[in-house]
Amino acid sequence: MDHAVDVHDAVVLLDRFPALAGLSLKLRAGTVTLVQGPNGAGKTTLLRMLAGLAPLERGRATVLGYDVATEPRLVRASVGLLSPQTMLYDDLTIAENLSFWATLAGHDDVDLMAALERVSMAPFADQQVVTLSTGQRRRAAIAVVAIRRPRLWLLDEPHAGLDQAGRDVVDGLIEDAIAAGATVVVASHELDRVRPLATHVATVAGGIVHSFETVNAGASGA
Amino acid sequence: MSTALSRPHVASTSSKLTLVLGVASLLGLAVLLVFSFVLTDPDQRVFERGADLEPLLTGQGDAVRLLYVHFPVAMVTYIAFTLNAIGSIAVLWKKSTWWDNTAAAAAEVGVLFCGLTLATGSIWGRPIWNTWWKWGDVRLMTTTILFLIFIGYLAYRRTMSDSRVRAKRSAVVGLIGAINIPIVYKSVDWWQNRTLHQQSTLRNRSVEDLTLFTMIFGMVVFMAIFAWLMVHRFRIGWLEHQTETVGLEAAIIERRAQTSAAISDAVTDSRSSAETGSD
Amino acid sequence: MREIWALARKDLRIEARSKVVATQIVPFAMVILVLFGLALDADSRTLRDLAPGLFWVATLFASVLAIQRSIAVETISSTFEALRLSGAPAWKLFAGKALAVAIQLLAIETVLGLGIVVLYRSSFQDPVLIVTAAVAATIAIASAGSLYGVLAVGMGVRDTILPMLLLPIMMPVLVAATRAFGDGLGTAALNGWTWAGLLGLLAVVYATAGALAYAVVIEDT
Repeated sequence: MDHAVDVHDAVVLLDRFPALAGLSLKLRAGTVTLVQGPNGAGKTTLLRMLAGLAPLERGRATVLGYDVATEPRLVRASVGLLSPQTMLYDDLTIAENLSFWATLAGHDDVDLMAALERVSMAPFADQQVVTLSTGQRRRAAIAVVAIRRPRLWLLDEPHAGLDQAGRDVVDGLIEDAIAAGATVVVASHELDRVRPLATHVATVAGGIVHSFETVNAGASGA
Repeated sequence: MSTALSRPHVASTSSKLTLVLGVASLLGLAVLLVFSFVLTDPDQRVFERGADLEPLLTGQGDAVRLLYVHFPVAMVTYIAFTLNAIGSIAVLWKKSTWWDNTAAAAAEVGVLFCGLTLATGSIWGRPIWNTWWKWGDVRLMTTTILFLIFIGYLAYRRTMSDSRVRAKRSAVVGLIGAINIPIVYKSVDWWQNRTLHQQSTLRNRSVEDLTLFTMIFGMVVFMAIFAWLMVHRFRIGWLEHQTETVGLEAAIIERRAQTSAAISDAVTDSRSSAETGSD
Repeated sequence: MREIWALARKDLRIEARSKVVATQIVPFAMVILVLFGLALDADSRTLRDLAPGLFWVATLFASVLAIQRSIAVETISSTFEALRLSGAPAWKLFAGKALAVAIQLLAIETVLGLGIVVLYRSSFQDPVLIVTAAVAATIAIASAGSLYGVLAVGMGVRDTILPMLLLPIMMPVLVAATRAFGDGLGTAALNGWTWAGLLGLLAVVYATAGALAYAVVIEDT
């Protein structure tokens, strides 16, 4: 495949409202794309569509070589989506959550403690999620996604609600992904933080990509 | 009279077809009532009666006239729900909006006829068996459960506004409901091993010619009524679907128009919110 | 298979921590038994004869709550999406959740079984039949319930529709389980094993239907 992401004229409905109104986008493998735009522009829906979660009303999309419309399960297995909801079970501990999600993804042989250490959450491994702060939960959620070693990272406002240490963890994550040769798409309002890491910037508004530019300064591949 | 079949956009749901069906149904119904209540013989005595459905409480004699309504109405019920099952399969297999519309229409008309079946059966049964309801009668139980299943189906459809989601999910509910019917029938049958329902009249050779004719005529009349209701209901659903599709085009255009207005605000907004770290 | 067990264990572990079934649903089932006793105002002989039916009606009502709880565990944490994202096939997701619900239902039924012995003077004439019938019926209820539970996910209008969708479908299970228990508790002179066989068939039908349909229904959750 030549493009990690190839979207053409995608229309995605949220209960009859066209969140994406004919969006087209092409991203090469190994790139880091910042998706910016006003609230309600369709950034979250774009990421969800790329994750294979939102069905296409019209148009077509290929992610990592898989057709989003006909092979959504293969798409989902290959991507890692970090969304504002942490998707962790409140009554379970961090370690139990991690173990569960790893098993479901077929990666239960992975070293869970190492993954937790990478996000500085190792001391909290045996604490129930309900006792943790938003920032801590977000870091745990990052570990859950990182374990899957996805080839496409979809990060939806990853820095939101995090303190300085937490933001550094996110940046470290993005760098890890780049180093592993994955493709990264980050939807964010934190332009100053993400832009330096990015190779491209897409501006989304009104459900379509308004502009797409290459940013050389961010090509920090290791 | 508008001829909907020749215009691209249907403004009303009536047409030559429905006019013909409607008139034929009405006439047929009138004729049927004359036949069932005047011309055919009861089991014992003949009474002059008008065209009302309340049977004489003088024994089997006249109550049997209700059969000419009850039997066709029951048959139409099963046809309607079978149509729903077929439509549900088609929706899941081919994702067809046309079939979803048909399934929904069939369910609504089916529930109506099912209610009529239960009502006419109950009225018919009262003078003969001295009860409005008989637990354990196989067909009564099955029809009642069928009624409840499809009321649930219709209620469920109303909880969803996204037509694609609604089509798929109600197809699952409809299909499982349909699969259940033979199971329900068999389990009640084993449970009771007896039924108040008389054996199928059509197979009984000793039935009089006129009775047989009236019964078949009744079938035809109610099938016509069924078709008439289905066509109207289907068209209503189809109009709704077209409204949605047209609405979508407009919504897409409006959505994209947000772009130029929003785009100049976008970068400014993002820059300022980046400093505070919130959205 | 390990995914299915991981899913079920996850739900059971959450229940062990939150104790919703134990503290809310089991008492509710017992309340139903008591209410029946009060409402029917009957001597212990009649209640004993009615016990099979009352047991299963109480179980069905409790199962609606148990299934709603099973679904709520996911919607509270927005994890249905994460489950879909995990890439695990839908039938395994179904099997895991249905298994957890079935285990919880069996726990509820055990308490109810004690309840009818104490409150209705029931006696277990044929424990093997009772247990076999209960297990088969529970699989049927848990399977159909898990499927319909997902169908009923949503905010507001959709929450209250689960009983109306599930209970009419469960009618053959109710008839068969009551008859089987009638034989097993010695209150009816019939062949309970035939009915247990029907329950087994229903268990297979609903487990299959759930596994097949889950892929369709879990989208758009």
